[in-house]
Amino acid sequence: MPKNVISGAQAVAEAVRLCKAGVIAVYPITPQTRISESIAQMVADGDIDAELIMVESEHSAMSACMGAAATGVRTYTATASQGLALMHEMLFAASGMRLPVVMSVTNRALNSPLNIWNDEQDSFAQRDSGWVQLYVENAQEVFDTQIQSFKIAEEVRLPVMVCLDGYVITHTYEPVELVEQDVVDKFLPKLKPVDTLNPSKPLTLGPVGGPEHYILFKKQQQEAMEKAAEAIQKANIEYSSAAGRKYGNGLIETVNLKGSESALITIGSVAGTARPLLEKENTGLIRIRALRPFPADDIRKACEGLKSVGVLEKDVSLGANGALYDEVKAALYGQGAGPRVSGFIAGLGGRDITEKDMALVLEKIKTGKEGVEWIM
Amino acid sequence: MPEEKKTDSVSEAAVIRKPGSSRENKTGSWRTFRPVVTDKCTGCSICTWFCPEDCIKIIEKDGKKQGEIDYDYCKGCLICVEECPNKAITAEREK
Repeated sequence: MPKNVISGAQAVAEAVRLCKAGVIAVYPITPQTRISESIAQMVADGDIDAELIMVESEHSAMSACMGAAATGVRTYTATASQGLALMHEMLFAASGMRLPVVMSVTNRALNSPLNIWNDEQDSFAQRDSGWVQLYVENAQEVFDTQIQSFKIAEEVRLPVMVCLDGYVITHTYEPVELVEQDVVDKFLPKLKPVDTLNPSKPLTLGPVGGPEHYILFKKQQQEAMEKAAEAIQKANIEYSSAAGRKYGNGLIETVNLKGSESALITIGSVAGTARPLLEKENTGLIRIRALRPFPADDIRKACEGLKSVGVLEKDVSLGANGALYDEVKAALYGQGAGPRVSGFIAGLGGRDITEKDMALVLEKIKTGKEGVEWIM
Repeated sequence: MPEEKKTDSVSEAAVIRKPGSSRENKTGSWRTFRPVVTDKCTGCSICTWFCPEDCIKIIEKDGKKQGEIDYDYCKGCLICVEECPNKAITAEREK
């Protein structure tokens, strides 16, 4: 297929159109609004046969998606930052009810101070909500991943969040190769819902779960997350045969590890800044694609034989470290002579991570020490 | 929660397929104190009006009217103990 020069936001909208989402609930928030505007245009033009619900808040957007998903329809929404924070309560409700809602999060900093620019604190703060979280590097990947996300969600009955950096991906125009409708239809067959709301066959969804039962449902969700790790890898392979593109093993992508003694571990679009430097710096790259389920085994394997790794992230768990740093360290713990792990917090609130910053980080990974420092 | 109330199997995703089944979800395990009706009970039925869970009934026992508590749903709030004019209901700690 020919490539189209479109924004990341448009790429998301095209994927949602091709996946034939039936109910789309939207509430505008920067830098997500471009997605919902594009989708609203498609609905108005008759390009998608979907019910577009214009709700009064993000809490309602998620509630509307949950109600629609419970009737057995493919649902979608998008948000960012404060909007995602307002959804917090319903995120746990959606995952606990095992509804395959799909959402894009256009990563943006959280208040305060008020900031509309990119970092990844908003979705990192929701990592315990029981949602599968996938992070992408560019517009092409968000298009491909958004299509995969519906398949993953429906296979394991878990909601999926596709996280794309605000502006860096949402507002940047890039060549994106779309996929034909029949290819998507084959990859993503019609939704076969289970346990749907229907007046003629009453069901109770989301009931009270007392001390006798609650913990068992949480265990089920944890097991579903383990299955999600397989579903993500399978979707990556199947999509590759259907559309010709593949991203590592689906959970992580590794670059230039062979022959390197050190590696950068990072997530999201900033991986693109590191790529051109890797060979010259003789450094590998481990890009995390799935934050939840967390691919601890894959990271451990990728780090075998490395002397040092550095985790660069656009989030901080204030009072602790970067959240990804802590999780990577936990994954590598008990490995005997594992690599030294340094951490870098950078790019908060839209501060650019330049090529110069990246070269400094790669240097510090080789020569630096254990622990976290801020790159400003 | 008493040990015997522990279960190890539940439906997937907490879906309840049978309508009107909430009675089967017994909630008595929430109790810390258990109200116990003693011989002093005259069957006056004041406790039945005050019970917020509607789980005290007046029954005939050995030709005498007496309160009976449904421990499947009693939460142990002890409002009945407080309201009984004859101090006929005592509170015992659940084991």
